[in-house]
Amino acid sequence: MNEAVRGSSPHRLTIAGIDLEYLDRGRGAPLLYLHGGAGIAADHAFIDRLAGQRRVIAPSHPGFGTSGLPDWLDSVDDIAHVHLELLDRLKLDVVDVVGMSLGGWIAAEMATKAPERLSRMALIGPIGVKTGTVDRLDIPDIFAMSEANLDRLRFHDPGKHRADIGAMSDEALATMVRNHETLALIAWEPYMHNPKLRHRLHRAAMPVLLLRGDSDGIVSADYIARYAKLFPDAGITTIAAAGHGPQVEQPDRTADIILEFFA
Amino acid sequence: MKAWHFSENAYPDLPPEDDFDSIRVTLPNRLYDPAKGAALYDRFLDEWCLAEDEGLEIMLNEHHQTATCVDPAAPIVLGALARLTKRARLLILGNPVANRRDPVRIAEEMALVDILSKGRLECGFVRGVPFEILPANSNPVRMNERQWEATDLIVKAWTSHDGPFSHEGRFFHHRNINIWPRPWQQPHPPVWISTTSTSGARRVGARGYVQATFLTGYKGTPAIFDAYRAGWREAGLGENVPMHRLAYAALVYVADSEAAAHAGAEKLLWYMTANKVPPHFARPPGYMPVAAYAAMLRGAAVGGLAANRRNATVENAIENGLMFAGTPDQVYDQFKRFHDHVGGFGHLLIMGQAGFLDHAETVAGIKCFARNVYPRLKQNFPMTAISGSRAPPVPA
Repeated sequence: MNEAVRGSSPHRLTIAGIDLEYLDRGRGAPLLYLHGGAGIAADHAFIDRLAGQRRVIAPSHPGFGTSGLPDWLDSVDDIAHVHLELLDRLKLDVVDVVGMSLGGWIAAEMATKAPERLSRMALIGPIGVKTGTVDRLDIPDIFAMSEANLDRLRFHDPGKHRADIGAMSDEALATMVRNHETLALIAWEPYMHNPKLRHRLHRAAMPVLLLRGDSDGIVSADYIARYAKLFPDAGITTIAAAGHGPQVEQPDRTADIILEFFA
Repeated sequence: MKAWHFSENAYPDLPPEDDFDSIRVTLPNRLYDPAKGAALYDRFLDEWCLAEDEGLEIMLNEHHQTATCVDPAAPIVLGALARLTKRARLLILGNPVANRRDPVRIAEEMALVDILSKGRLECGFVRGVPFEILPANSNPVRMNERQWEATDLIVKAWTSHDGPFSHEGRFFHHRNINIWPRPWQQPHPPVWISTTSTSGARRVGARGYVQATFLTGYKGTPAIFDAYRAGWREAGLGENVPMHRLAYAALVYVADSEAAAHAGAEKLLWYMTANKVPPHFARPPGYMPVAAYAAMLRGAAVGGLAANRRNATVENAIENGLMFAGTPDQVYDQFKRFHDHVGGFGHLLIMGQAGFLDHAETVAGIKCFARNVYPRLKQNFPMTAISGSRAPPVPA
């Protein structure tokens, strides 16, 4: 993509006392991109592909990237409210939304609160609901496994995408650590879900596409199938040669599928 | 100087460590034989009673889902000790207040033990080590804030005597707090808090509570005690911090011969060598500040037990101030050197039993310390002396 766009520095807005950073790239009908628990750093190729056809607004959630994290904020529900206000402040009445993993959960929460603001939703490996049995975690406990095991669940090709701490700047490393900390803060208990969400998703009547990497070890195909059934109008697409982050492992293909769905 | 006998009530009879990933959190409890466990509790309670007979005070602690410390409900054991003993102070160090959901219940449990023991409770509050996070399902982020809200609420519950009050805080909500019984000691039992960070110690100092630190050695302890003294002074509690506000926990084994002392000390090293825990249990997100976590990922040394596991030897442990072991004279000298180095403290928390140190060896160690070292410590290190090299001399 265009280096001038890629290199553009994030914009900032203060919402509910939170200093929020967000990217604003491309032109066209607005598209809100909500990143996953690992933050936005690895998603730029994907965002730029989307920005080839659409205006992409991509905030870093509170506590992620360089966005602030106030003492009172400790839930995905809080973040959904912040991002609805972000739409207000940017005067975006209606947007298409793409949410990845944690971002998919945030998008789903937004869709239950203000369905009229979201025309279509693409959820990539979304978490946020509990659909399985009481005696088994729907999402594997990422806080109770080794880095190597987590990488195997996250990536189709872990060797290519494993974090190289030695090569990271101090700033990038601190952001990675802080992102992980914020993920724990908001998704620790109930683990990676809001028990109420499944009982609210019938309000999200817009067309929904759930995307899942074929090698995703974090969200299973069964989980996505059960998640999709909670929406009035949802389909599922599987992306080959991708794990939990198809927007990282197959950025162009994932973006193109989504752009076509939104077209 | 006050000395406290402390045992973690470990269950050491385990398969070779290559057969399991972690001695904590995931070790299956089919490896625990209830009959053996019951005999161990009898034995450890007997050893605490013997420590009392020898003039020592008593300390116990609490951990969860681990073979290293099979005391997941320390208040229950404390209740037993309240009735089994008559004189010793009873220190629980401590209640894991950041991991327990109901601080008012803790206030009730501790008030009950204080009554049962006729005012012998010394009540510790701890944040809890990282391995406790998963067993408690406790969010590792903002634990300090939870710990302090809980601690302050417990003290308020102990000291409010005019009917119910309410608490609508950041982490805890109680509409009717009115505990029965109230504590025996007035205004409340002494409060202890353990921390191994300087920021934590400063906060403990500002409250004036007793600060305990565990196995922080020559390297880590001075900064922690300095931070306590700074917090104490900043809070206007006075220029001088008395010795009795500071405590240090070390492995201690004393015997008449060097050979016997070394043999006992070797067995105490189980505390360090048996602590096999994978990194993901040892460093949950949010448990330490972002900068410290990032530095650790870059390979900076991790303090505490984990760092010493691989190269733990009696000599290293003594050299680093984690252990005092030898003949009575040697232990006295080691202790004095350490005490002087850190500016002094009033409580020696003796990790005097571990792993395969058997009953006879444990008792011998307690007796030899109590009879041949402790009298000198009490005489030469008075509790009312002033801790910290920067403090002016004690007024005449």
